Amino acid sequence: MKVLVPIKRVVDYNVKVRVKADNSGVDLANVKMAMNPFCEIAVEEAVRLKEKGVVTEIIAVTVGSKAAQEQLRTAMALGADRSILVETDQEDVQPLAVAKVLKALVEKESPDLVILGKQAIDGDNSQTGQMLAALTGMPQGTFASEVVVADGKVNVTREVDGGLQTVALDLPAVVTTDLRLNEPRYASLPNIMKAKKKPLETVAPGDLGVDLASSTKTLKVEPPAERQAGIKVASVEELVDKLKNEAKVI
Amino acid sequence: MALIDRDTLDFLLYDVLDAQALTQLAPYHDHSRETFSQTLDTATRVAETWFLPHNGKADEHEPQFDGDTVTTLAEVKDAFRHFVDAGLLTARLPFEQDGMQLPSLINGACISQFTAANPSSAAYPFLTMAAANLIDHFASDALKQTWLPLMRSGQATGTMVLTEPDVGSSLGDLTTSATPADDGSYRIRGQKMYISGGDHDLTDNIVHLVLARIKGAPAGTRGISLFLVPKWHVDDSGAPSTRNDVALAGLLHKMGYRGTTSTVLTFGEQDQCVGYLIGEAHQGLKYMFMMMNEARVGVGLGAASIACRGYAESLAYARERPQGRLPSCKDASSKPVMIIEHADVRRMLLAQKAYAEGALMLCLYGNRLIDLAEHSDGDEQRNAQQLLDLLTPVIKSWPSEFGLKANELAIQVLGGAGYIREYPVEQCYRDQRLNPIHEGTHGIQGLDLLGRKLWQDNSRGLMALDAAVRATIRTAGEHEELQVMAATLESEWNKASALIQTLGKALAAGDPDRTLANASVFLTWMGHLVVAWQWLWQAQAALASDQPDTFCQGKLQACRYFFRWELPQCNHWHDLLASQDDTCYAMPINAF
Repeated sequence: MKVLVPIKRVVDYNVKVRVKADNSGVDLANVKMAMNPFCEIAVEEAVRLKEKGVVTEIIAVTVGSKAAQEQLRTAMALGADRSILVETDQEDVQPLAVAKVLKALVEKESPDLVILGKQAIDGDNSQTGQMLAALTGMPQGTFASEVVVADGKVNVTREVDGGLQTVALDLPAVVTTDLRLNEPRYASLPNIMKAKKKPLETVAPGDLGVDLASSTKTLKVEPPAERQAGIKVASVEELVDKLKNEAKVI
Repeated sequence: MALIDRDTLDFLLYDVLDAQALTQLAPYHDHSRETFSQTLDTATRVAETWFLPHNGKADEHEPQFDGDTVTTLAEVKDAFRHFVDAGLLTARLPFEQDGMQLPSLINGACISQFTAANPSSAAYPFLTMAAANLIDHFASDALKQTWLPLMRSGQATGTMVLTEPDVGSSLGDLTTSATPADDGSYRIRGQKMYISGGDHDLTDNIVHLVLARIKGAPAGTRGISLFLVPKWHVDDSGAPSTRNDVALAGLLHKMGYRGTTSTVLTFGEQDQCVGYLIGEAHQGLKYMFMMMNEARVGVGLGAASIACRGYAESLAYARERPQGRLPSCKDASSKPVMIIEHADVRRMLLAQKAYAEGALMLCLYGNRLIDLAEHSDGDEQRNAQQLLDLLTPVIKSWPSEFGLKANELAIQVLGGAGYIREYPVEQCYRDQRLNPIHEGTHGIQGLDLLGRKLWQDNSRGLMALDAAVRATIRTAGEHEELQVMAATLESEWNKASALIQTLGKALAAGDPDRTLANASVFLTWMGHLVVAWQWLWQAQAALASDQPDTFCQGKLQACRYFFRWELPQCNHWHDLLASQDDTCYAMPINAF
């Protein structure tokens, strides 16, 4: 069984991001980059399935600049067998364009399972997995907290507002990972070196017949407004009054 | 909050020390910035996940000895296991030994994350690495085959067993004895003290590297041999079989570093303590010094890391703690400012930055010298080795002395909160306090530098240092912002060269007691000059880099601080040294 794991290079979660002076986006100069934490969970799940003998091959894939090779190497150090970089210098590729690239790769590689992070911590869109499922017609199990493959199906336990929901999907299927699915491992030092010898293929979006052009335009990026100081109220009555008449939330 | 800010580390590694150039050296060809970065990611993750959380707990719950066995926290065992599993214990070994052939520089950066997170739990793997390296270098194949696999896989830890109850700094006087047995091994007898990791329950076995005197050996340091003494004898599979005659007499109770056991060990109480000679007889101290030199660079790095930790903790606190108003504000009902707004707090933070990042730079520079000394060739190799030999006492001592000052300031920034155990900075201070003591005290390092290292190899180390300092003065002088500081350093350095010559003549004239009396002042003075040089180097590298403006500003301001507030002290130290001031030396003992 073959698994495709799309991953994304994002600003490291420890970094306090700064908005560029011209408000055109987030300043990425000299900022530490890393694999999106939800993508780490996706890689980990694929590796665990391989360790259980369910999966035979794991292919990591990303859409991004040459620098994104670093995250593919990390995925391979964690256990992916090979990887594909769909190389572009275009910044901020939108989820729909990524989903189209992935659709082309799904057609080329015919994976039985695509496991991705439920969202990336930069755009916070939470769209790519769902769009990929729609484009390919594959069933989807999003926000997974448990994944069990058995008898040609995958049972995905989803974290939904009301609790947990388990869905049984025919393969091939798309699964997106939530935070509690697993605790990702770290890349051991020998595996970091071994990953250098694993195959990393680079293709252009055009080779896959995909145009990355975006249909949305970023007008302005601004840091969130600084939080204003609060006030002390004298009584519960005053609080209720303010919530009702000033904040108008009750 | 990061333990040691990654931007700070990356700047030192790539913008200042050009880590990528190391990939030109044959053993590092397979490496790139990418593998370095991934390795540091893994190290940081292991340090933050398995070492940091129990740092305070291990301090509060010291290892316990019930007269039979020692018990440490389960978390310490977990941490050790993850360090091994991640491949960090063998990171510097060749690929064919399942290592990563990692440069010493990058390894140093990794290690700094562990000493910043939890110095006492990190001590166990560090001791094991150093002991295994020594065995690998000097022991017979038979000893290597038996013990190295156990140590490299984390089934046995290592120790360095030098000190005795009556013999510490003066190893030539040690009395532990070794008697040849018929089977070629020796019987060891004696008592040792302050042995870190001398007993614990992290691993089944412990490999002690013990200095002892073979019966009839010459007196002094020339009669000391090195022995491998296991806690347990092992069967053919390496599993513990019978106990060797090494007994734990008791644990010592320390001010800091409390998670690492400090032990009193009795060897051969039943006359059954088997030891195996490492290398040749009477060469033990020479062998041990290989481990010791490695350990001294490690102590400096540990000191720098704890200083960085205290700086990070107090900086985070200062940014978030509202208190008081600026002197210019007369409105008592106005919002209090964060304490970082107060000038005196900024002074304490800037001093810490200058000490901590200056110390970190010095130690990483030392690690880079190790790479060049091991793997480059010709003049570059020789220069690196001689510089490393010369600077080892400085690398060990300056971070230990000024890292402690930094930690003191971290406490002061937190005020009352800094003095209570609910905040981590008082532990940093207590842990740090060990560093000027162990692996050769501050005084011993001073004697080593002024009495020995400056003059060995016809002072070639000093010449290499001179060339390096003057090269930075030239490059920095090209930046307008740095010209004044470059000129200051040049004039200080010229004075230094003259003073060193004077002291050299005084030593040759033959009153070493008097000339070496102020050796520890010499060490501090030299350390300040070296760190001033390296701050200028950092400032120049920051200006030449594409780092963000605020980062460069921070580096420049810390450099200015060092030149304006710290370097002037060198004048005073220079005066004491140049006049061979004897105020302390001349104090009659009975007048105290």
